[in-house]
Amino acid sequence: MATAEPWQVAEVSGPTKAFVITKPDVVAAMIKKAKHPILIVGHMAAEIELGDRKLIDFLIDLAKATKIPVVATAHMVGEFLKRDFEPTGWMPAVDIGNRLVDPAWMGIDGKGAHDLALLVGLPYYMEWAILSGLKHFAPNLKTVTLDNHYHPHANWSFPNISMKDWCENLRVITDKFARRG
Amino acid sequence: MSRKGVHVKIGELKTDVGLVKNLELSVGKVVDDTWAEPMGPTPFPSLSTLRDWDMKLLQRYKPFYMPFCDLCCLCTTGKCDLTGNKRGACGIGMPAQQSRTVLLACCIGAATHIGHARHILEYLIEKYGRRHPLDIGGLNIQVEAPVTRLVCGIKPQTLGDLEEVLSYTETQLTHLLSATHTGQEGNNLDFESKVFHAGMIDHLGMEVADIAQIATLGFPKADPEASLVDLGFGTVNMEKPVILCIGHNVVPSIGIIDYMKESGVDSEIEVCGLCCTAHDITRYYKRGKIVGSISWQLRFIRSGAPDVVVLDEQCVRPDCLEEAQKIKAPVIVASEKNCLGLPDRTHDPVEAIAEDLLSGKTLGALILDPEKLGEVAVKVALKVAPLRKKAKSIPETDELVRRAKECKQCDDCRRACPQDLSLPEAMKAAEQGNLLNFAGLYESCIGCGKCEQACPVDLPIHSYIVKAGEKRMKEETFKIRAGRGAIQDVEIRNVGSPIVLGEIPGVVAVVGCANYPKGGEDVAEICTEFANRRYMVVTSGCSAMSAAMYKDEEGKTAYENFTGEFMSGCLVNVGSCVANSHIAGAAIKIANIFAKRKLRANYEEIADYIYNRVGAVGVAWGAMSQKAAAIAAGFWRLGIPVIVGPHGIKYRRMLLGRADREENWHVHDARTGEKVYVGPVPEHLFCAAETKEEAMVMIAKLCMRPNDTMKGRAIKLTHYIDLHKRLYGVMPQDLHLFVRTIADVPVTMKDEIVKILEEKNWKEMVIPDPTLLPRMIRKVKE
Repeated sequence: MATAEPWQVAEVSGPTKAFVITKPDVVAAMIKKAKHPILIVGHMAAEIELGDRKLIDFLIDLAKATKIPVVATAHMVGEFLKRDFEPTGWMPAVDIGNRLVDPAWMGIDGKGAHDLALLVGLPYYMEWAILSGLKHFAPNLKTVTLDNHYHPHANWSFPNISMKDWCENLRVITDKFARRG
Repeated sequence: MSRKGVHVKIGELKTDVGLVKNLELSVGKVVDDTWAEPMGPTPFPSLSTLRDWDMKLLQRYKPFYMPFCDLCCLCTTGKCDLTGNKRGACGIGMPAQQSRTVLLACCIGAATHIGHARHILEYLIEKYGRRHPLDIGGLNIQVEAPVTRLVCGIKPQTLGDLEEVLSYTETQLTHLLSATHTGQEGNNLDFESKVFHAGMIDHLGMEVADIAQIATLGFPKADPEASLVDLGFGTVNMEKPVILCIGHNVVPSIGIIDYMKESGVDSEIEVCGLCCTAHDITRYYKRGKIVGSISWQLRFIRSGAPDVVVLDEQCVRPDCLEEAQKIKAPVIVASEKNCLGLPDRTHDPVEAIAEDLLSGKTLGALILDPEKLGEVAVKVALKVAPLRKKAKSIPETDELVRRAKECKQCDDCRRACPQDLSLPEAMKAAEQGNLLNFAGLYESCIGCGKCEQACPVDLPIHSYIVKAGEKRMKEETFKIRAGRGAIQDVEIRNVGSPIVLGEIPGVVAVVGCANYPKGGEDVAEICTEFANRRYMVVTSGCSAMSAAMYKDEEGKTAYENFTGEFMSGCLVNVGSCVANSHIAGAAIKIANIFAKRKLRANYEEIADYIYNRVGAVGVAWGAMSQKAAAIAAGFWRLGIPVIVGPHGIKYRRMLLGRADREENWHVHDARTGEKVYVGPVPEHLFCAAETKEEAMVMIAKLCMRPNDTMKGRAIKLTHYIDLHKRLYGVMPQDLHLFVRTIADVPVTMKDEIVKILEEKNWKEMVIPDPTLLPRMIRKVKE
């Protein structure tokens, strides 16, 4: 059963916790509403298998459908390039976190501050910490985690869900945009 | 040299003029200054003396805070919710609260090293006398205590001289800790400056501890050819009684080894260690064995190998007592800081203590006299070994398989595991009699045992991993070079020029704890990669052990393949945690011995030199402790960047530069007084890398310095580009930021890079004589 508790049980945050995403449509609506979203993809996206594909394959579909600029962290840029997808940029996860707390930063594509950050595929504790930095020091940024684990420091997070549901959620979000062409 | 004071006490003195009884005379300070170098500007700096220097660094490397908790719960007006830019009841905001927590961690770390130093110094003074000379390398070491000389402005010559250094660190530590009290410091950057101060005094404490023990205990003295010693579970002879020592303070181990030798039983007993005590055992006693890093505590005790377990201080699991009880091994604790509730038997007769431990009347004993401890441990080990017959607490495979059926697949173990290991899946396979999945987790498991604490049906989950990895564990037989201590002055002279000019691409210090994201093999790989690339690789502590725990195709470890001399392509193990001071010391000595910069109490100038010219970077891939935080802070103040593994993000703040902010990367050209853009070198002062690939690319990048010659920069860029292309599959996108002139471009990649430079509208830069200190400008621009 899906639960809205931190995946790593001791990672308790405090009084402000992420809203639980009960339907993937909520994420699609937030992306549509955002003026300048950004998708941050950690190295585990190339390791996690969802059925016969890797998580990164779903994320490429999502990025293509939504046209959201992608930042690859760690050595992930190579994994994207192997799949003929060029991310907008690549940098360490702590660097992208640090830039997002700067209201004067013009964004990964130079088109202005981001108002929505989607994070996925980082080690749980690393994503947890960076989301905390963003929660406290990037007040104009909404954060959503696309992981299958509940992240209390995000603004919005899925609960702890099965791989099957995770796969399905990513598909639904992507389809909302793919259908529009 | 300066003496803190002279104290004379006369019990009774009969003279012609009368009788004097109980006369005490004190002289505050006797100065016997034999150091010709004039005193520099900042002897014994207080909390704010080096604040300007700190702020220069902190303007470039602004803290990025990632609060672990939304709250402050340090006083009774709380808990206070600090979310949404709120302030607590005392008025503190979240940035200051985070840096306050970092300062607390660094104070704990510094206190631990300073307390260790105080204990060992008092012990050694008692044994060898206050006037025992500080010989840590004979004629090869003229600058014997570079951190002390730099910070304090004194030149210690004897053990007694070190007392003044420790007194200073203890005073500073008290002030630093007091700054964390409610209603004291309130500015985050001032807290960060104090963090740097804590790091600096931590390095002093480490230096005192290590040079005192090197000077007295017969450790290798700056020896590039220190012996290759045994490391690994499989090197411990289980046919003999085994005494296991865990911790960091070698004094009780010395008591054991000395008694063994004196009583002629040294060939009958194995003495081995875990964590840094193990390093120091092998520096003292060639036949000592290093079992492994801090992570091996549970697995080694549960294996039943130790007959007596001796616990000293730091990084010792409190549940070692309980674990030892399960294998019927008596425990002796040796430190006032870690009594574990055991009765103090320090003043009891040896035979009485031994008898109580053997009969099980007492599970353990606190013995604060190392000589007595040694005698008890040896006598008990000889007698208890045949009785307990290596009783172990790891169940046999049949029982593990049977009990696996109790697993509810609740995921609680996995959710408690810091590595998020697939324990439920492994347990499902175990239920079918298959332990291979568990065997696959052996490398990544950090041995914390949290899985067992979480299990609702009390399955011994860690023991499943150990049992499954038993064959591999028994085959752990490696060689490591014993900790050599300091770097010789002549070695510094030989490498000073190529390091400062950039022709040796960098010094990589792989140090710290064993909280690795995917096991210690990453550490061995990082060391081998950079030593092969002719970087100078230096190790210490648990990381030094991990670097030894993998063999190449010829069955050799990295220490057998690379030289122990401090030179291009080396792999130098300096020793235990406290030997980290020699790494900082080497950087300081490059500025002093090679560049002839004044050393005495001249902190800013030396740090400025190191920051702008010495391409050194620290890598603490498994940094876990508060000590590691303090050690890193000591390097930051010297201008040396530190990379931690992904778990290091839990230190909750990074010190990150912004490569995209050109205005942040100007230095003064000491020749002209001009402000010159030099690019983001080094880009960060403290950062967590997500993967080993990211760490390796970052290491190469952070070794670049403004002072690199064109040849040197070309060499450094070659490594950066090569690693980036191999590990990331693409050219670096920030390459243009590091090319100052076309001559910086590696010749073999010139066409490709020039094209990139054109696309980026690159402009040639000046290569200055770089400094952040206006007073270092030789000619002020008119």
